[in-house]
Amino acid sequence: MQLKQPKGKINNLLAVAACSLLNQTGSAQEVPGWYIDSAVLGYSEKDRVDAIEPVVSATRVFEDGRKLNLTFVADSLTGASPNGATISNAPQTFTRPSGLGIYTTEAGDLPLDDTFKDSRTALSAQYDFPLNRLTRLSTGLSYSDEYDYTSVGFNATLARDFNLKNTTLSVGFAFANDTMDPEGGIPVPLASTALPWNQQRQGDEEDKTVLDFLVGVTQVINRQTLMQFNYSYSQQDGYLTEPFKLLSLVDGTTGETSGYVYDSRPDTREKHSLYWKTKYSRDNGDIIDVSYRYLWDDWDIASHTIDGRYRWNVSDKFYVEPHIRYYNQQEAGFFAHSLVAGQALPIDASADYRLGAFNGVTIGSKFGYRLNDRSEINVRVEAYEQQGDTVGNPIGVQNNYDMFPDLEATIIQIGYSYRF
Amino acid sequence: MRKILSVFCMCLTLGACSQLGVQPWERGILAQEDMQLVSDPLEARLDDHIYFSKEASSGGASFGGGGCGCN
Repeated sequence: MQLKQPKGKINNLLAVAACSLLNQTGSAQEVPGWYIDSAVLGYSEKDRVDAIEPVVSATRVFEDGRKLNLTFVADSLTGASPNGATISNAPQTFTRPSGLGIYTTEAGDLPLDDTFKDSRTALSAQYDFPLNRLTRLSTGLSYSDEYDYTSVGFNATLARDFNLKNTTLSVGFAFANDTMDPEGGIPVPLASTALPWNQQRQGDEEDKTVLDFLVGVTQVINRQTLMQFNYSYSQQDGYLTEPFKLLSLVDGTTGETSGYVYDSRPDTREKHSLYWKTKYSRDNGDIIDVSYRYLWDDWDIASHTIDGRYRWNVSDKFYVEPHIRYYNQQEAGFFAHSLVAGQALPIDASADYRLGAFNGVTIGSKFGYRLNDRSEINVRVEAYEQQGDTVGNPIGVQNNYDMFPDLEATIIQIGYSYRF
Repeated sequence: MRKILSVFCMCLTLGACSQLGVQPWERGILAQEDMQLVSDPLEARLDDHIYFSKEASSGGASFGGGGCGCN
């Protein structure tokens, strides 16, 4: 029995060595065979949303270098989500998005729609194959379905190696068509919730398209360092408004709420991003992974994301990977905590906190243990917190409240991978 | 546009620099699973979904996530 383990290790080492001669990055996942990866994510926000998301991914690597991946994701969400209305000094009553029933928020509390409940299943397939010794084409299909939302997409990326496969240039695109049919219909943008129900609604269904382009360069710097640079462009067209979000109408002097209107966003969005990533293997085998993304769009949103991981290989079997991520976002040009009653309405307006100005920080760690040469189990525990800024000047009673209450979430992921 | 040109020039510089890179037999470390650009694709995918749902930015490392009416 003792002879088997060294033999397996030698085979693995030979396979990796062979791949390292044949492939640009030569990952262990280039060795022919089946790879099964699975994970369950638990995401829990304090007083808001809870989500459970299992995912299974199967990859088949063929002898001739072709690779097929199938991934299945299911998620289930429950809890409460901010509806966009501002905190008020009086109780607030809202009609549910379906038009059936009401819910009330106490004075001084952030209005949360507590009927938030959804489940989603998503399937994707990715087929990657060599066109010749230096060029690969990767094509994929994706499908996602939930109660009131469906998305269908496809993508293709061409990658070409240069300089003894030390440089890889990638060019790709992705297209998605999303359709939403929320219960209760599509609200008329900026319509008052005080209007008769049929005057607040403009139909049952809307859709949008998303077209992404990506150009990237991956460069081997030396035996221990790998670098990646990407530029991405994304064009969204169609219904980009959030049908479940509201804005409060407040008195221009007292700040007291007098009514609500529906969210309204432009029907196009152009997004750009620059991305840089470096992986460096230290002499002791630990790995430093650092990335930075700058993103900007024509909604006047701009963001910086810095992500750092340190993989501490404690032993051949056990590793610890601390992770820190910092995110800073500048608000959309049409973001407002509320609108002043009696004034002309803007063309677009949204109080969705995700379009506001905030910092997001994620801190945590992953712990991985190799059970044997073929399988690994890992656990990730992280905390995510958003701290927002007040945009503009609060009016009257709004000065008494935090206009962007912190969001605190816990992320727990358990993963298991196996290679046949 | 200036940013795009800067990145393009950076890429050209990288491609042209023969000092960078290794010989095929020097890829031992780079071939390790934990040295891949995305060493845990499932974690990356789950993170994309979380941050797509909670922030106004997505994508960059790859295509932009999405495919859900996350609210």
